[in-house]
Amino acid sequence: MFGLVPASTVSIPHMSLPSLLAFAASPLAHLGALDIAVIVIYFAMVIWIGFYLKGQSNTSEEFFMAGREMTAWIAGLSFVSANLGSLELMGWAGSAYQYGILATNWYWIGAIPAMVFLGLVMMPFYYVSKTHSVPGYLDLRFGGEARTVAAVAFALEMILMSGVNMFAMAVVMKVVLGWDINFSIIVSSVAVALYVGLGGLRSAIFNEVLQFVLIWGGALLVPILGLYQAGGWTGMKHNIITNLHSDSYFHLWRDTGSFTTNPMGVQWTGIVFGLGFVISFGYWTTDFLVVQRVLAAHNLRAARMAPLIGSFFKMAVPFIVILPGLLGLALRDPAVANGIPHLVGQDVVAANPGAELHSYNEILPLMMARYLGPGLLGLGITALIAGFMSGMAGNVSAFSTVWTYDIYRPLINKKATDSHYVLVGRWSIFIGVLVSIMAAYLVMRAQGIMDYVQALFSIFVAPLLAAILFGMFWKRATRWGGFLGLFLGIIFSASLFMWVKLNPANLRYVALSDAAKPMAENVFRALWAFIFAAVVIVVVSMVTKPRPVAELDGLVYGATKLPTEEWVPFYKREWFWAALVGVIFVALNVMVW
Amino acid sequence: MHGSKIPIWFFIGLLLTIYGVLIFGYGIYETATGNFPPGVQLTRLHTPLWWGGVLLLLGLVYVIKFRPGKSD
Repeated sequence: MFGLVPASTVSIPHMSLPSLLAFAASPLAHLGALDIAVIVIYFAMVIWIGFYLKGQSNTSEEFFMAGREMTAWIAGLSFVSANLGSLELMGWAGSAYQYGILATNWYWIGAIPAMVFLGLVMMPFYYVSKTHSVPGYLDLRFGGEARTVAAVAFALEMILMSGVNMFAMAVVMKVVLGWDINFSIIVSSVAVALYVGLGGLRSAIFNEVLQFVLIWGGALLVPILGLYQAGGWTGMKHNIITNLHSDSYFHLWRDTGSFTTNPMGVQWTGIVFGLGFVISFGYWTTDFLVVQRVLAAHNLRAARMAPLIGSFFKMAVPFIVILPGLLGLALRDPAVANGIPHLVGQDVVAANPGAELHSYNEILPLMMARYLGPGLLGLGITALIAGFMSGMAGNVSAFSTVWTYDIYRPLINKKATDSHYVLVGRWSIFIGVLVSIMAAYLVMRAQGIMDYVQALFSIFVAPLLAAILFGMFWKRATRWGGFLGLFLGIIFSASLFMWVKLNPANLRYVALSDAAKPMAENVFRALWAFIFAAVVIVVVSMVTKPRPVAELDGLVYGATKLPTEEWVPFYKREWFWAALVGVIFVALNVMVW
Repeated sequence: MHGSKIPIWFFIGLLLTIYGVLIFGYGIYETATGNFPPGVQLTRLHTPLWWGGVLLLLGLVYVIKFRPGKSD
């Protein structure tokens, strides 16, 4: 069905990094002294921030929750930045080159409704319960069993994904700049370990906001200059239609009535229910990596506003990701120096070593090399490095919190002092980075492991979404219903994954179609796992004893009296901003219908 | 420095200011000498000059507005 495979987050297309590395042609760009200076200054700044914030990260509340002092803007930018990795930027730019504007669905319907739902409906329960993590919420709602399952799965996913991120960054730097893999891994991991280990979540959040600004500052020039050269939107559209003899590349929904009428081979039901509901809601409302940022907000209104603020920027990301891909299609000029060559799939690149071919995934750095001279190129590369590092930092900071609060404290040492837990958190950052480095080298040596690591998210997310939604919105859900729904749901989802892994022909049963492609497996596996977990939760809850409603205050809809927030004018209220998001979301979808 | 908290916006402003100075400075050099980098397209638009200028201005605004010790 789909032509892409989601990886660790809701919106990373498949990039076969090892093959990208093995068959890399000569570097795509060369840095001068000014570019190097720009990159070095960036590293100096993030480490300085880490050292500066060390003095403000002495208690566990400060180290793990950033003191719950973040404004809505900082929490919102950090929330969206934690997801804006470079693998995603490059991968989706490549997908836009390959499939056109359809790729935008992963930024709009694949994110915005879930972000608004998190802000308006779910955030009050996360925030009022004063939980420090998503497993922590499960602990309060269902008890220690569900917490432990979620915490172990989260910790494993976070630390392994950090390793994949590290390896991905090293590969991209090798392909784009010719840098040594070991050099990239060591420099990035030392920087991340220093600034997160010293300053905790506050440092991770500060750097994510900084990185968000850098990503825009470094990448925004590409679509601006590209559109200028292509003759604006009209000129770009004309060029692509002339080159490809199809206007499907400019329609988000019009051609999704059937699998065969659009470049991506997708169908609207899969996009709406699979991507728009299970995967998107699973990621944006339950993945602790992103939810942790919002939990650090300084009050409930800021916590509700943060995802809404993030959603505006998320809607704008296609401008720096999708447009460069489309512009690459419109401006193909292989005969010109730094011209855009005819790009092919990574399988074709791998099958023709020495042919100096470039894959779709290289379109963003190719566009950077085309327009950005000394200094600006350094800024663009810094934007890519910043994206990778924010992903790694997000993973290790979330790992540290889950490890300390949800595994170490309840299972290993219940009665230690606050400063002891901070020390454990700090050490878990350094140890987590070390494990990530090992994971990075493991992925480099045994490439098949990457598939399993990337599958962890998709295996885990659907049962977790079911447990959280039933826990939050159904008073009757019981301790054993929540635990067994989550636990058996993960086993069911992992079994489906292995069933297809061992015999790819089984994909047709999972995805209900002979024409199904790998993305369909992820979407449908998530859907079946959600339904399975939901059935288990309902059945087990009906035959076990529920908790008294009085105990569910602050945890469940209908049993919670939310605190009264101070009066503010309508333009400062979350409902106003949610309505505005809704209007812009609908307008954008209609504009490129 | 640890006595008063430095807001994140100050760090951002500082970084943008430094980048603005470097890139704007290079833009002046490039325009004055006509020594454009080979292979880069649209050099006639003098991108480092105006983009560096934008970064510099934005950075200065943030540095001044969010400088440590400012009461508001």
